[in-house]
Amino acid sequence: MHFAREKEKNMKKDFNLIIVGVGGQGQITLLRILQEAALHENRNFKGSELHGLSQRGGSVEVHFRMGKNVFSPLVSQGDADLIVCLEMQEALRALYYASQKTQFLINKLIIPIPGEEVTSEDQILNSLKGFTQKIEIIEASKICKEKLQKEILAGVYLLGLAQKRGFIPLKKESLEEGIKRTIGEKYLNENLEAFRFSQF
Amino acid sequence: MENKILSKEIGKKLVLLANESLCRGAIESGVDFVSTYPGTPASEIGNTFWQIKEDLKKINSNFHFEFSTNEKVALEAGAGAAFSGLKSLVAFKHFGLNVASDFLCTLMYSGIEGSMVIFVADDPSCWSSAQSEQNSRFYSLMAHIPTLEPSTPQEFKDFTKFAFKLSEKFKIPIMLRSTTRASHQSGPVILEKIPDFKSKFPKFIKNPKKFSTMPPRVLEMKKELLEKIETIKRESEKSNLNKIIYGKNKSKEKFGIVTSGVSFLYTMEALEKLNLKLPVLKLGFVYPLPARKILNFLKKLKKVLIVEELEPYLEREIAILAQKANLKVEILGKGEKIEGGRIWRERKAILPQIGELKPEYVEIAISKLLNKKLFFNYQLHLKQFEKIKIPPRPPILCPACQYWAVINSIKKIANLQEIIFGGEIGCYMLFSHKVINLQDYLYCMGSSVSIAHGISKATEQKVIAFVGDSSFFHAGIPALINAVFNQSNPLIIILENQTTAMTGHQPHPGVGDGQAIKIEEIVRACGIKNVKVVDQVENPKELEDAIKEFLEKKEPSVIIARHICTLLEKKKKT
Repeated sequence: MHFAREKEKNMKKDFNLIIVGVGGQGQITLLRILQEAALHENRNFKGSELHGLSQRGGSVEVHFRMGKNVFSPLVSQGDADLIVCLEMQEALRALYYASQKTQFLINKLIIPIPGEEVTSEDQILNSLKGFTQKIEIIEASKICKEKLQKEILAGVYLLGLAQKRGFIPLKKESLEEGIKRTIGEKYLNENLEAFRFSQF
Repeated sequence: MENKILSKEIGKKLVLLANESLCRGAIESGVDFVSTYPGTPASEIGNTFWQIKEDLKKINSNFHFEFSTNEKVALEAGAGAAFSGLKSLVAFKHFGLNVASDFLCTLMYSGIEGSMVIFVADDPSCWSSAQSEQNSRFYSLMAHIPTLEPSTPQEFKDFTKFAFKLSEKFKIPIMLRSTTRASHQSGPVILEKIPDFKSKFPKFIKNPKKFSTMPPRVLEMKKELLEKIETIKRESEKSNLNKIIYGKNKSKEKFGIVTSGVSFLYTMEALEKLNLKLPVLKLGFVYPLPARKILNFLKKLKKVLIVEELEPYLEREIAILAQKANLKVEILGKGEKIEGGRIWRERKAILPQIGELKPEYVEIAISKLLNKKLFFNYQLHLKQFEKIKIPPRPPILCPACQYWAVINSIKKIANLQEIIFGGEIGCYMLFSHKVINLQDYLYCMGSSVSIAHGISKATEQKVIAFVGDSSFFHAGIPALINAVFNQSNPLIIILENQTTAMTGHQPHPGVGDGQAIKIEEIVRACGIKNVKVVDQVENPKELEDAIKEFLEKKEPSVIIARHICTLLEKKKKT
């Protein structure tokens, strides 16, 4: 690949994660969980999020960075290690941050855009493969709807799955702790359940 | 459950959004009075204090929090509290500073009694701003307001505390300026002590010489202000808020960087990536600038790159300093080309003037200037990325939004080709979405009505102007009175969703804790004869009839479409 990092071993060993989706899918909550987990492990980290206008059904991306010398709250172009997509078409927009090293973990869910044609799964995959071969598509929304009766839990489910696959360098216990510190009492159990469910 | 921001665990690390960290800094400073009008990227200040105001009253009996009707009112209210000896915090986004600037420029002449910190958040790339991106640092120059720029969540707290102290010492308001990516970054913040409340007896002590601006006294006041700024400049020279990183490094290129705020973080990131240790001057004070410190830094350099977002403020100021001191250093920053955007495609200039910076832009700029090879081919990657067809997903009204009923009624009966539709600030600015397409102009709050008046005076065209309830209280009332006073005939539709929805459901005078003010009473009192209140969801036919009737009128008319924001309704039920 032309644009792969040429001196990968020279690069600093940060962990750069991006979560994309549509406003209202819970990206900011997932970022909070990651940060609380990182704090629990006493790691150096940073998060970036957007509020306001962009949340009204528009694309929303959050950034999470962890490492010794992390300064920028934003991940650089092509520098994401992991991109979690809560909606499939949003994976295309996230390609700005993707290169050969990037792992995609994608929720098999299409939320149509008013006034736009839907980009098909095949088209999306074709575009993604021009950047990275590490792509995994999971029916997270469907699984959460069927097994846990709640689609919105797909995000926590995917986070758990990413941890289990070794895509997130944080301990499972830390992420559970992150969930406990982030989610209010009322929704805590179902979130823990979704997280644990991803570990089977 | 007590809000984590009030935690008494000294030394504890808490994950906070930078804006929340600023709130904690104000609390650790013993803030008494907080006033604001919601606006993202500054909304979290109001939201946080709104949630904890009752808890704070238990700690400090003087404590008061309010959502003011607009930013000018918020600033004036905060000043009144500070005139009476209290510590006040006022927060808004860049547009809010524009609204408040009339008062600000005079407030600086008099100064205050207690202490006062003004927080302003700019929005490069317009992530939460329909109208414009803005570099509020130019207000620092115009109004002579000392201005600090924190970079990290921890600094948001530390700088706030420093600002309160500086304000108290010099009896002058201090501005903290931020940008979207600085405000909306989060990370660990170390908590310090919340001070024990010492009972204060706030009192406004009469002193017309200080608080009453009239010529010729007012020009003396200006002199006093400028002298104060000179003294604060000496503080700025000494302050460790302005610091040099890698200062002892003597590169053969004699190349250095001056930066501040979030741009400092991108600079450090870029240096890490390029494996360079160039001298960096990080400015915490962006006004008044520490001139001597800057000149000392420049003296050893052949080239300096100024890394900042939006229009070149530091670059201009530093260029003037260097020229006056006869330094030969080359000052680089925005370059000649006008470029930029959400994603900076051209990358021909050094740094873009339009849109926010990103870490890779700084990396690319440094590598270009030093002829150092990048470890990643950003340009090729961008080309590859640009080839992909990505459907845009702009924000749109919620599927269950009560405004759809208004849109449907208008589309059913109004002549969409003939009528001009005036937009305003709030969720309904999404009427610009291509599937709705009911917005022919959009500017600041209050402007839909006054522009409609101007168009209807100038032409025979009919205008339907939308204005939200919070916007109406903010700046719509003088515009409505003007339409009556100067006799035009727009149809104004006040979209009353009983909240300030877009910024996070803050209350407004129509629904406040105190006496709720009925919009139809104001409208009638303004002299509007044709007034109808309808629930557009329950009675769409009634709305349609009212629109039809009022479009024929020779005078201005008002329809109040009253239905609670469906999101808020749902929230209230759960």
